[in-house]
Amino acid sequence: MTVSNTKTLFEKIWDAHHVAYTGTGASLIAIDRVFLHERTGAAALKSMAAASRPVRDPARVFAVMDHIVDTRPGRGDGTLMKGGSAFITETRAAAKAAGITLFDVNDRDQGITHVISPELGIVLPGVTLVAPDSHTCTQGALGALAWGIGSSEAEHAMATGVLRLDRPKTMRITYKGRLAPGVTAKDMILALIAAHGAGGGVGHVVEFAGEAVRALDVEARMTLCNMATEFAAMTGIIAPDAKTFEYLAGRRYAPENFGEPYWHTLKTDEGARFDREIEIDAAALAPMVSWGTSPEHAMPVDGTVPQGPARAHEYIGLAAGVKLLGTPIDVAFIGSCTNARLSDLRRAAALLKGRRIAPSIRKAMVVPGSSAVKRAAEAEGLDKVFTEAGFEWRASGCSLCFFAGGEHFPDGSRTMSSTNRNFEGRQGPGIRTHIASPETVVASALAGSIADPRELVR
Amino acid sequence: MTPFTTLTSRAVPLLRDNVDTDAVIPSREMKSTGRTGLADGLFAPWRYLDAGREHGARAPDPEFPLNRPEASGAQILLTGANFGCGSSREHAVWALGEYGIRCVIAQSFAPIFRANCIRNGLLPVALPEAVIAAMAWQDVTVDLPAQNVRCGAAIHRFEIEHEPRQMLLEGLDAIDLTLKSLPAIEDWTSNDRKARPWVYLGV
Ligand code: SF4
Repeated sequence: MTVSNTKTLFEKIWDAHHVAYTGTGASLIAIDRVFLHERTGAAALKSMAAASRPVRDPARVFAVMDHIVDTRPGRGDGTLMKGGSAFITETRAAAKAAGITLFDVNDRDQGITHVISPELGIVLPGVTLVAPDSHTCTQGALGALAWGIGSSEAEHAMATGVLRLDRPKTMRITYKGRLAPGVTAKDMILALIAAHGAGGGVGHVVEFAGEAVRALDVEARMTLCNMATEFAAMTGIIAPDAKTFEYLAGRRYAPENFGEPYWHTLKTDEGARFDREIEIDAAALAPMVSWGTSPEHAMPVDGTVPQGPARAHEYIGLAAGVKLLGTPIDVAFIGSCTNARLSDLRRAAALLKGRRIAPSIRKAMVVPGSSAVKRAAEAEGLDKVFTEAGFEWRASGCSLCFFAGGEHFPDGSRTMSSTNRNFEGRQGPGIRTHIASPETVVASALAGSIADPRELVR
Repeated sequence: MTPFTTLTSRAVPLLRDNVDTDAVIPSREMKSTGRTGLADGLFAPWRYLDAGREHGARAPDPEFPLNRPEASGAQILLTGANFGCGSSREHAVWALGEYGIRCVIAQSFAPIFRANCIRNGLLPVALPEAVIAAMAWQDVTVDLPAQNVRCGAAIHRFEIEHEPRQMLLEGLDAIDLTLKSLPAIEDWTSNDRKARPWVYLGV
């Protein structure tokens, strides 16, 4: 045990939720919030019901329809995925039976889990929040310990109010300096994973810190934390500050204000020790684009493709040594829990205004991260900017961030995507995905080929 | 849950890094809202020549390791670094289990996948790359009580924390076990309710 009385933010939250040690040396950690979605929610709730295990505190469990809901206008329970409706109707029935709060398909507050939880103030600084979804780490941007688990663990959390955990290690990633224009939080996280590997954070809770992190708005911090899971970390976390409290104050499930001294203790003490520290020069970062089939296959947009696994080169159709710039693309996609919040859409629209995407683009789509984001964007006229530029404007959901069957991109397309995963087949069989910031997606859609957003920003 | 003690089986190599859960079980192969009916979709894009086929039996790719005749009945899968990365879908573990895999030996595991293994009686073993490569297509014994893997004359110790080890050895149900601590959980909660009232949304 540590003798010093300085603690990291993670340690403060962990200690505050430590209920007891198990007989075998793990810890029972109290879970404040559980979030479910229709892809895995019905399975967890039905399996609990079958075992006659009630949800201990239904007021702290939420569910939403986001993964396979249709995003075309006038949607209902139907989905383009074969058999998809059953996930929606069964989750709805199971949520009702369990007495938990459900944000249904056409609810005002519907949206992607990790977008609506902060919007509604369900996630708060200092809480523990879990969901059977790997990108739950997104919510660490608000200063919560929020992480993805499997369905069995979700059942465990709902049935007992705790999880059995071994204490993870801690890592701090300090981004020094300020980002250059056209470089974003997405580029910060891709640069980290490219440099330290898709397994680089395994076993650790990662705290993002430093001047460039403090300078990010709250939504951009969510983008940064979103891909902590792509770094194999248990989760990412950012200490709450005035921006965080201002963002959350008065939201539906959040306190009116954060004046109490407690909230301001939620930060890493000066001199607290991490198991590992990494420093990154934020000022030196360029816009990043993935070239291969793992998020660690990311590179500066103006570089040449490095040597990677043969399978990755073959799948993506790019040899080592070639330039990414100028590679023709077929599809542009702006969406997902990584980059489909209002600020993302505003920045993308600002670059698109008065322009049209290249005629060679076969499909371009914007899918807002939540129904609230969609309404706010429409109120500002962003939808018009997108449609006039040649993008389709959709209702909110995960959409083509992943392929569930049914709706898909043209076969074998090369996509520029503001999402978080470029795995083989992630967006459909044979689809070649390049992940990047919304700015880089827009620049590439305008050019018809992979392009540097800094040219537009200048 | 079936307890895991020792297991001897042919070890099938799928020696790639960063095998993600979308590859283990693609989203479109998760056809029911339950935990079963998944084995057929295991590694579908790699295992079948016509993975997208909608009706009738799909054609196995004879090159894919699990389709080779010597892989028949194998219960041990060998693989590379960061196995099970990506989506948290527990279906990846359910699909492996339903197919018959009881132990995955990898250079390293993605954390959510590893935790899902423990909850479903599938043993995750981490060993160095060269050790794994040498076990390809060999008969391998995995001994959880002794915490080692034996292949021919070679014996390799592996690490596993105490709690996951006990859960696997005894085939324990985590929820039942935790519910025994309910009084401690309730005590803690009633204190916490006073300290952090904003956490408790019901009345
Ligand atoms: S948007 Fe994509 S990454 Fe995010 S929760 Fe949905 S499917 Fe997962």
